[in-house]
Amino acid sequence: MRTFAFARADSVERAVERRQGEPASAFVAGGTTLLDLVKLDVMRPSRVIDINALPLKSVERLHDDRLRIGALVTNTDLAYHPDVLADHPLLSQAILAGASTQVRNMATTGGNLMQRTRCPYFRDPTAACNKREPGSGCDARDGFNRMHAVLGGSDQCVAVHPSDMCVALAAIGATLTLQGPNGEREIDVADFHRLPGATPHLEHDLDDELIVAVTLAPPLKPLGTAYVKRRDRAAYEFALASAGAMLSLDEDLIGEARLALGGVATKPWRCHEAEALLAGKRAEIAAFEAAADVALADAEPLSHNAFKIPLARQAIVRALRDAARVAREDNA
Amino acid sequence: MQETPEHPPEATVSVHLRLNGIPVTIEVSPNAILLDVLREQLGLTGTKKGCDHGQCGACTVHLDGRAINACLRLAVMCEGQAITTIEGLANEGLAAGDALHPVQQAFLDHDAFQCGYCSPGQIMSAVALLEDRRVAGDIGTVREAMSGNLCRCGAYQNILAAIQDARLRLHGQEGGDDA
Ligand SMILES: Cc1cc2nc3c(=O)[nH]c(=O)nc-3n(C[C@H](O)[C@H](O)[C@H](O)COP(=O)(O)OP(=O)(O)OC[C@H]3O[C@@H](n4cnc5c(N)ncnc54)[C@H](O)[C@@H]3O)c2cc1C
Ligand code: FES
Ligand code: FES
Repeated sequence: MRTFAFARADSVERAVERRQGEPASAFVAGGTTLLDLVKLDVMRPSRVIDINALPLKSVERLHDDRLRIGALVTNTDLAYHPDVLADHPLLSQAILAGASTQVRNMATTGGNLMQRTRCPYFRDPTAACNKREPGSGCDARDGFNRMHAVLGGSDQCVAVHPSDMCVALAAIGATLTLQGPNGEREIDVADFHRLPGATPHLEHDLDDELIVAVTLAPPLKPLGTAYVKRRDRAAYEFALASAGAMLSLDEDLIGEARLALGGVATKPWRCHEAEALLAGKRAEIAAFEAAADVALADAEPLSHNAFKIPLARQAIVRALRDAARVAREDNA
Repeated sequence: MQETPEHPPEATVSVHLRLNGIPVTIEVSPNAILLDVLREQLGLTGTKKGCDHGQCGACTVHLDGRAINACLRLAVMCEGQAITTIEGLANEGLAAGDALHPVQQAFLDHDAFQCGYCSPGQIMSAVALLEDRRVAGDIGTVREAMSGNLCRCGAYQNILAAIQDARLRLHGQEGGDDA
């Protein structure tokens, strides 16, 4: 395995400072993405900065009632946090639908936002991959692309964003707090991940910065949520297609709906048009199917993944149906 | 934990651990992986290497009481932490001397293995699972919670039976809802 220098940061400022002027340096939180990819020689940090001593491990309720999650809160602790279960069950459901107990125990909120694609060509340094090696080409386009994106892809890259947690964040709405050499700034989670376009190696809007916290938007009320994940085996596997849904119901009419997709797109995929279509409609299968069709209207299959479109459609309809059922039970 | 100066790649770093209940200091390079240090440097070969990428669970150990994959952790990141491996389970747990931990005993009683290669990881996961009261005790939840441990021999049915039996032994008839 490649060698690197190692340092431990004891404050957010020092962590950011240590990162500066060394573009090949990397923070390590849980290590489940970084060390996996260092072993494969896909990530090549010259210096690793351990941020685990930073005081970013709590979930706080702000005075406006929003939840602020420290970047180092583990995926397990987040999924079981009583305030998250009460306000944002979708986040808990999405996290627990991903990875394994061990990985969730190690993985952190900040690291999950920054996880890299599972595209096998990205993970293989001998393959052509514009994301790993700009300008080298994309072996997935004409290769084995069964796992790849049907939404948000470009000629340069069709790699899927693999996170389940981020699908929930996209649906819920969240603000990230970032600390850089010139101070702190905030960014909407929807603007954090980038589409690949002509620069698939630029994956997010982070610039020499540390993710400090994620603040969740207030929940819909009353709330029904569901996360439906379709994959090759029932657990411990990335999504082929997943849908996170949130609904508020007034009698049987939909008040507000939120929908986001995973496993099918190059970034966590919020479906605004489908949401608009659902508002004010009766909560029934026909409306959910119409919303799914709108959400997938721009989907473009590759040679091996046309099956993802009906699979995603089914996941969307079931997630909306299940969310409506929960909202109804909640109303009753 | 105080801030350290930067360690260059070729440096040797002292790391202080509580390993199976005993304080130890190890000297490791910055890129040393915990799993390799346990097996190669400390001679604790009970923890296994399967995939080396977080995909099989053979390397599961407890870090401050939580199950983790030792193959995805740098040894230098463990400064000041408590690590329990399969070798330390009986001594740290309810058992004394040579006696087995109740989960180890349940694996024997239920024939919860064939080749045994995955067993240390399975047992470490099962012990942490039974101690974590946030995780429900029904079969569906247990299957998911244990899904990070693959068994190439396919001993899953007996592994599940062993865990649910150990649950009774540890927590009584209610399956652990007494806490
Ligand atoms: C076998 C396996 C199965 C998995 N299955 C799933 C799944 O089904 N669903 C799913 O969603 N995920 C899955 N994952 C991915 C897992 O969720 C991520 O690896 C994890 O969330 C990354 O978090 P971490 O803290 O370990 O990150 P690290 O590996 O520590 O860091 C990842 C990257 O983020 C950077 N970073 C970390 N923290 C910060 C911060 N605060 N600010 C700025 N940069 C930061 C690091 O420099 C690095 O580049 C799986 C992983 C494995 C190994
Ligand atoms: S060896 Fe660590 S998970 Fe397979
Ligand atoms: S008993 Fe052989 S791998 Fe599980």
